Amino acid sequence: MQDKIEYGKTVGDVFVENPRMSVRGANVYYADKQAIHDVDLDIAKNQVIAMIGPSGCGKSTFLRCLNRMNDTIDICRVSGEFKLDQDNIYSKEIDVVPLRARVGIVFQKPNPFPKSIYDNVAYGPRIHGLAKNKVELDEIVENSLQKAGLFDEVKDRLHESGTGLSGGQQQRLCIARTIAVGPEVILMDEPCSALDPIATAKIENLIDELRENFTIVIVTHSMQQAARVSQRTAYFHMGHLIEVNDTEKVFTNPEHKLTEDYITGRFG
Amino acid sequence: MTTTSIFLCLALLGFGFYLLGRWRAMNASVISGKLHSLPSFHGAYVAMCMFVPVLVVIIAWLLYSGNSVDQQLLNAAPIEIQEAGQLDQTKYLYSIITPAVQGLEVSDSALAAQVTNFQELTKRNKLIRFILILLAAVLGGLWGLLKIKPDFRARNQFESGVKYLLMACSLIAILTTIGIVLSVLFESIRFFNKVPLHEFLFGTQWSPQIAIRADQVGSSGAFGVIPLVTGTLLIATLAMLVAAPIGLMAAIYLSEYASSRVRSVAKPMLEILAGIPTVVYGFFAALTVAPFLRNWGDSVGLTISSESALAAGVVMGVMIIPYVSSLSDDAINAVPNSLREGAYGLGSTKSETIKQVIFPAALPGIVSALLLAVSRAIGETMIVVMAAGLAANLTANPFESVTTITVQIVTLLVGDQEFDSPKTLAAFALGLSLFIVTLCLNIIALRVVRKYRERYD
Ligand SMILES: Nc1ncnc2c1ncn2[C@@H]1O[C@H](COP(=O)(O)OP(=O)(O)O)[C@@H](O)[C@H]1O
Ligand SMILES: [Mg+2]
Repeated sequence: MQDKIEYGKTVGDVFVENPRMSVRGANVYYADKQAIHDVDLDIAKNQVIAMIGPSGCGKSTFLRCLNRMNDTIDICRVSGEFKLDQDNIYSKEIDVVPLRARVGIVFQKPNPFPKSIYDNVAYGPRIHGLAKNKVELDEIVENSLQKAGLFDEVKDRLHESGTGLSGGQQQRLCIARTIAVGPEVILMDEPCSALDPIATAKIENLIDELRENFTIVIVTHSMQQAARVSQRTAYFHMGHLIEVNDTEKVFTNPEHKLTEDYITGRFG
Repeated sequence: MTTTSIFLCLALLGFGFYLLGRWRAMNASVISGKLHSLPSFHGAYVAMCMFVPVLVVIIAWLLYSGNSVDQQLLNAAPIEIQEAGQLDQTKYLYSIITPAVQGLEVSDSALAAQVTNFQELTKRNKLIRFILILLAAVLGGLWGLLKIKPDFRARNQFESGVKYLLMACSLIAILTTIGIVLSVLFESIRFFNKVPLHEFLFGTQWSPQIAIRADQVGSSGAFGVIPLVTGTLLIATLAMLVAAPIGLMAAIYLSEYASSRVRSVAKPMLEILAGIPTVVYGFFAALTVAPFLRNWGDSVGLTISSESALAAGVVMGVMIIPYVSSLSDDAINAVPNSLREGAYGLGSTKSETIKQVIFPAALPGIVSALLLAVSRAIGETMIVVMAAGLAANLTANPFESVTTITVQIVTLLVGDQEFDSPKTLAAFALGLSLFIVTLCLNIIALRVVRKYRERYD
């Protein structure tokens, strides 16, 4: 029998001043199995924070807690304090529908609806009643596609099916769809893992531009990607948050032995 | 030798040849080195060599033996039968000798002699059959044994044997279908020789009363299919009005709202509905629903006939609910979960997600479920016979009694009929029209399903 590893406290700067989101004492269970152990983390405004770690370490689970996507999984239980600005998102007063409009999510596999490109982007504004008329809706759609860097490629075929686009275009369409609702935070779960290098580069540039207006949390299995797009990096290991630091520091001079092992490829 | 004991013998023999083949192959490998195929393949090959000739003999026997017995019986029959036409000879064989053999009636001594003759013949035939089969089996098996050598490709031979076996099975299925369709087609053509096609297709009167004797009153029939078609459509529409909304919403509840525990109980329960024999639905319709509707009609001042399209349609709708719900449930479950998550991630409520994302994505599957349910409703007979009546009224009023194509087919063929009267042949024409309608519906349904598959692969 191997001894239970003592993970201890997270090393590095867990806290930031004036965070967009803050998490305290997060524990997540799937039935009886604990997937996240007592995690504290602040997410700073207008920054990209990357979450890295070996697969199965709980990155997606943690990310999905931030907009309560885990509510859709019956066996999943979440405890701890999750704050968006001043609101505790798991409190009874908070309705999950507007919450998910404030914290959008982009998934690993592009999942455009089998509708036209226009309707894909207009979907969110429509259900949340963001546009008073057709002109406003057109504007939102165009703006969102612009911000997602897709408008020029699709402006002549807005009414063709979104599922007919290439993988990279589909993923940018999903990003546009998320932006269209006007979120404060965008969660991304390995958004490039199903894409080729060129499409990946486009999305990485996009993430960098989006930082101006949004707070972004990105899960990635590519350390190069984390290094390229993020300002802070969090390293997860077996459901524990091991280290949080500025990205540069994590990749050049990690504080924790486990982080170093992972960065240098001795683990995972 | 009874059929069962022959099959038992063959099974034992087959197993024996299998063991022999395996044993021989193992021996061969001991003497001269490596085998191309595993010993069990050699065994299987030998068993296969045994069964193929047996099959050939059995088929040949089936084709030949009946005729030969008949012929020998006729040769021994009284002279006036020998000189009669084929029809009378057949009658003689099947309505005099066969009942006599079964001990029903033996009236005179000549017939008694024929019966013993028949019994002798069949006994001898059975013995010959048994010997022939056994001979084929042993020869086939020995031939297979002889072919075993270390480098014999028993595996490949056996595998291709399996392939031909499977091919034969699917061929049988296809040929039977084609055979049925063709026979219906030819009989329909005979019908259209007696009753012109346009009269059948556009006539508004259905009363297939053909006189049995030429001088009987009302000897002319009317074969207009329109009242039957409208009756069929009326009942099918009523059934779909019940089944489509209820089935669909049940499917949505089961796949999107119900917890896995509720689902595991409710889904099989719904599917049990599909297992209730339609005749049970039929008397439920005739004895419970129809009187209830009539009384209700009386109390609100509507005249509802006691055999009404409404009763049949409603009960038929209940009957097809499980088809709609089960197939739609499958279609909804086939919508990838990522679409659901995408919609929830944008802040959709459950009903928005269902209405705007899941339902449109599952629509092709749902449409095909509905089409299959329609063809089921059109083909249903029992409920209509019992609850909607036989009167071929041309009406769109669900409170009156109507009749359907399937019901008329049944009534046309029930009882003693001349086989080539227009009345009987009309059943084939009706069958053909029904077949064409349901075929079209099924083709559309399959098309839609195929398109739907392409979308998510
Ligand atoms: N829906 C689920 N049901 C049960 N266990 C799950 C579920 N999703 C994830 N897990 C478990 O939680 C742990 C963390 O998974 P995840 O967050 O997907 O890891 P990562 O995204 O870092 O690869 C894994 O051990 C996984 O098996
Ligand atoms: Mg993951």
